[in-house]
Amino acid sequence: MSTDHAATADHHNSLVAHQFDDAEQQKEASALGMWAFLITEVLFFGGLILAYTIFRNAYGLAWTAGSHELNVALGGANTAVLIFSSFTMAMAVHFAQLGQRNKIVLFLILTLIFGSVFLGVKVVEYSEKIEHHLVPGPNFQYHGEFADEVNPRNVELYFFMYFAMTGVHAVHMIVGAILLVVWLIPMARKGRYTSEYYAPIENFGLYWHFVDIVWIFLYPLLYLIGRHN
Amino acid sequence: MWEKLYNDFSFFPEGASTLAWEIDAIYLFAVAITVIFTLLIFVLMIVFAVKFRRKDENFIPKPIHGSAPLEIFWSIVPFIITQVLFGWGAYIFFKYSNPPANAMDVHVVGKQWMWKVQHPEGKREINQLHVPVGQPVRLIMTSEDVLHSFYIPAFRIKRDTVPGRYTSMWFEATKEGEYHLFCAEYCGNEHSRMIGHVYVLSPQEYDEWLQTEENGPNDPPAVAGERLFSQHRCDTCHSPDGIGRAPSLRGVYGSTVATSDGARVRVDESYIRESILDPKRHIVSGFEGTMPTFQGQVTEEQVLELIAYIKTLGAE
Amino acid sequence: MGAMSSAIPQEKPRTNYLNHKYGILSWLLTVDHKRIGLLYIVSISAFFAVGALYAGLIRAELLTPDGDLLSTEQYNRAFTGHGVAMTFFVLVPLIPATLGNFLLPMMIGARDVAFPRLNLLSWYMYIGGGTIAAIALLTGGIDTGWTFYAPYSSRYANGSVLIALFGAFTAGFSSILTGLNFVVTIHKMRAPGLTWFRLPLFVWALYATSLIQVLATPVVAITLTLLGLERIFGVGIFDPALGGDPILFQHMFWFYSHPVVYIMILPAMGVMSEVIACFSRKAVFGYKIIAYSSLAIAMLGFIVWGHHMFVSGQSAFAGLLFSFLTVLIAVPSAVKIFNWLGTMYGGSIDLSTPMIYAMGFIGVFTVGGLTGLFLSTIGIDIHVHDTYFVVSHFHYVMVGSAIMGYLAGIHFWWPKMFGVMYNRWWGRLAAVITFLGFNFTFFPQFVVGYLGMPRRYHFYPEEFQIWNVMSTMGATVLAVGYVMPLFYLTASLINGEKVGANPWGAKGLEWEAADSPPHHENFEATPIVTQEAYAYAEEEGAVVH
Repeated sequence: MSTDHAATADHHNSLVAHQFDDAEQQKEASALGMWAFLITEVLFFGGLILAYTIFRNAYGLAWTAGSHELNVALGGANTAVLIFSSFTMAMAVHFAQLGQRNKIVLFLILTLIFGSVFLGVKVVEYSEKIEHHLVPGPNFQYHGEFADEVNPRNVELYFFMYFAMTGVHAVHMIVGAILLVVWLIPMARKGRYTSEYYAPIENFGLYWHFVDIVWIFLYPLLYLIGRHN
Repeated sequence: MWEKLYNDFSFFPEGASTLAWEIDAIYLFAVAITVIFTLLIFVLMIVFAVKFRRKDENFIPKPIHGSAPLEIFWSIVPFIITQVLFGWGAYIFFKYSNPPANAMDVHVVGKQWMWKVQHPEGKREINQLHVPVGQPVRLIMTSEDVLHSFYIPAFRIKRDTVPGRYTSMWFEATKEGEYHLFCAEYCGNEHSRMIGHVYVLSPQEYDEWLQTEENGPNDPPAVAGERLFSQHRCDTCHSPDGIGRAPSLRGVYGSTVATSDGARVRVDESYIRESILDPKRHIVSGFEGTMPTFQGQVTEEQVLELIAYIKTLGAE
Repeated sequence: MGAMSSAIPQEKPRTNYLNHKYGILSWLLTVDHKRIGLLYIVSISAFFAVGALYAGLIRAELLTPDGDLLSTEQYNRAFTGHGVAMTFFVLVPLIPATLGNFLLPMMIGARDVAFPRLNLLSWYMYIGGGTIAAIALLTGGIDTGWTFYAPYSSRYANGSVLIALFGAFTAGFSSILTGLNFVVTIHKMRAPGLTWFRLPLFVWALYATSLIQVLATPVVAITLTLLGLERIFGVGIFDPALGGDPILFQHMFWFYSHPVVYIMILPAMGVMSEVIACFSRKAVFGYKIIAYSSLAIAMLGFIVWGHHMFVSGQSAFAGLLFSFLTVLIAVPSAVKIFNWLGTMYGGSIDLSTPMIYAMGFIGVFTVGGLTGLFLSTIGIDIHVHDTYFVVSHFHYVMVGSAIMGYLAGIHFWWPKMFGVMYNRWWGRLAAVITFLGFNFTFFPQFVVGYLGMPRRYHFYPEEFQIWNVMSTMGATVLAVGYVMPLFYLTASLINGEKVGANPWGAKGLEWEAADSPPHHENFEATPIVTQEAYAYAEEEGAVVH
């Protein structure tokens, strides 16, 4: 049996896991793995958006009523913050490709900060909802501007979808922030990522952008219903 | 015991509706296909296994990588068979999807764990259904709690009853007798006790049965509905002349109305039910959504009575 | 054959994956796909035992129509436990996680899957999910049926529904991770020369399966999450009394749970192609058609879920469309069966144990597939929906076929896994008993289903008793067939005849380039592939010497 010596040349390189032949194969595999993972995420959020669509179709006015209880300004600001964090993430990937350690660390920390700001604003928004008894459950009350025209139960359903969708999104943000804190930032500081090996940063970037894009869908779906008139 | 076993050894349930023979016919066709193909495949497999059994350890058979004509042949034949089955099944389905105009409406409400039935003449029964032979019967069904499924094997029909909406199905019994009634959708602890009997009677027997005192005399649903209509003061707003705060209900059943959010809704049983229990969902355009919900004030059966009454309000 | 099997044993590698390392931790922390495959075999067998125990209770109860063995509560918990254990913890991971894990890297000439640690994580998620589900079954159990239909499951059912939902959810992620790992492995880890159309058909089947796992499982994850939240907060996503829609639950549930049937059956079909080619010693007839038909079944599987809802109150048009799409699946399925027969034709057929299981598979799958046509034909379904006809149909496909395929695979690759051969006569006997017992158990259920006996019935009318008695008698035979391998396979580990790398004279990298049991990195060196799969007629092996 002949051995493909060329293919196993990288075998003892510590950055290439034993199952891979070379760094190239490893990089492609991890990128494909991340894309496949994101596809499962699309379907995961897709299920939520399906439920959202069906009930919005059924309870149109209640959806408008619920949407009018949200804080568009905070939501809009958060959208901007998140888009900016995507920019800093892209910069981190860029400097990872160049292998500039300090700038990788800087932009990862910036990404973490913007992500945390987003989550902080979310906490403010959630606590507003709690104060106004807009959390689904026995204490739910709706006294908003459409109170005469809609069934509060349907507004409650809107808020259920609101918390489910933004909650699942926030969980993804928290997971991202934890990964930054415990894994990527320490590793970047140690100089683990070079222009030869930066797949973790690139794949994390894909994840971060995906979470960002989800929000870009959620914002209009949840905050902007019936605002045009 | 053996005689009983012998009698139970039947491959078909009794057929007692106009639909039964049609379903049995297509079923037999499918059985025939299954038997033919299973035998064909099984026999070929056994024949090959014997004929081509390994006699010489070193014999390497000639490979056959495929054959386009054969592949096409055995793709097209199953395709045609499936289309025949599909077309036939769809034909039966459509033929029986709409009830004849002279069908008699019977209301069915499922709840854990009983079937409540009310006839157009008002007679009620529980876990029983009496119907006259040769008369199309439409069942308008709903559930008070979880999903159930109203299943009469002898009629070959079944339909889920879904809380919060109406489903319907119809049949025409062809043979007098007593048949099983099952709940076919798992509904909790006593699911397998949510059963009863369907009695197909001759028209005379049915009329006599309607007169029996059992379960007390009941008003027809439309009459009871009219009483509820005034009890709940519906007529103060839904006045017959149409100048009240709410639209007149004359001739509304079966019509199409425009709603305030720009949609057009067909007024059927489900829309009337929704308008009683969740009136703000689709408000007829030009009216304020001032009607309160009657959720919790009327039972599913009373909603059905109200609907029966509203259906009798013809246009003038 | 001869050449390979006699050549390799002389130069045995110093270590194989079994004796490479010792100790319990070397198993629990292993990232070797072969060891993970064995971990799955052991744990899935345990869940199979649990599910089978429930099945035994159900069959024993149904001997009489009076429900005199169990209380109704116990009976409902028994069939739910049976369904949950068997679908989520046995049939879904059955072949991909065991044979797939063990063989996929070897079949494509790789040292391991693309993400070995993720692979181990999948197993832990499986065990975690299984433990959670077991807790649910032990702390009060659940009586919702494995389908968790709302609003019964969200508002009315007692018991540990939330815990069970969480268990199924966790196991779902195990399945997603396995699928994801396999997709990447097949795309990126193939040995030099191993083009897509040189892949063994088992790999094609695993690929189609993995696509379903990746695409369908997240939907059931979110569905179960919403159901759980509805149960906790009392808000109506699915409960109509609160403004929800129970039909939406069914749509979302079956969007996963119909494709999941193909997660169970496609890998078994892949095993068939391997086994039938080997024991006919002949290239698979219509290789490409079989490969494409796996993908076709996977794709069609995503757009037919509505056939579970013909009587649910969905619109007549939807029913018609789903009926039309569903019957189409018969075509690629039939093509596979005819191609396997074409493979046997003119071959040199050795009726070894795996081949007998494979022939049993073909027989059972033919009946299972054809009775699927009854159910997809909307007219017939209205009568037989939710009766024992359905129960029998899906057992023919999911139990008869999938488990028969799994057993064929286990018997085929057993000598590869452990380097020993089991007693072939016991193997053949078990295969025949399983086939007979299976048909004996489930054929009567077709009849009693058409007679009108609804599923999930604790009490039933007396006239159905004869069929239930027959079914229960068959189940005892089937149980014997399932238990037998446990004994003679275990015995083979202790005193089985030692075999070389390729005792069947099979083609494929796992046979020709790897030892039995394989080296812990599978191959001494990366193999290079120069041939189509199943090149039985060619003198040269698939590997360059």
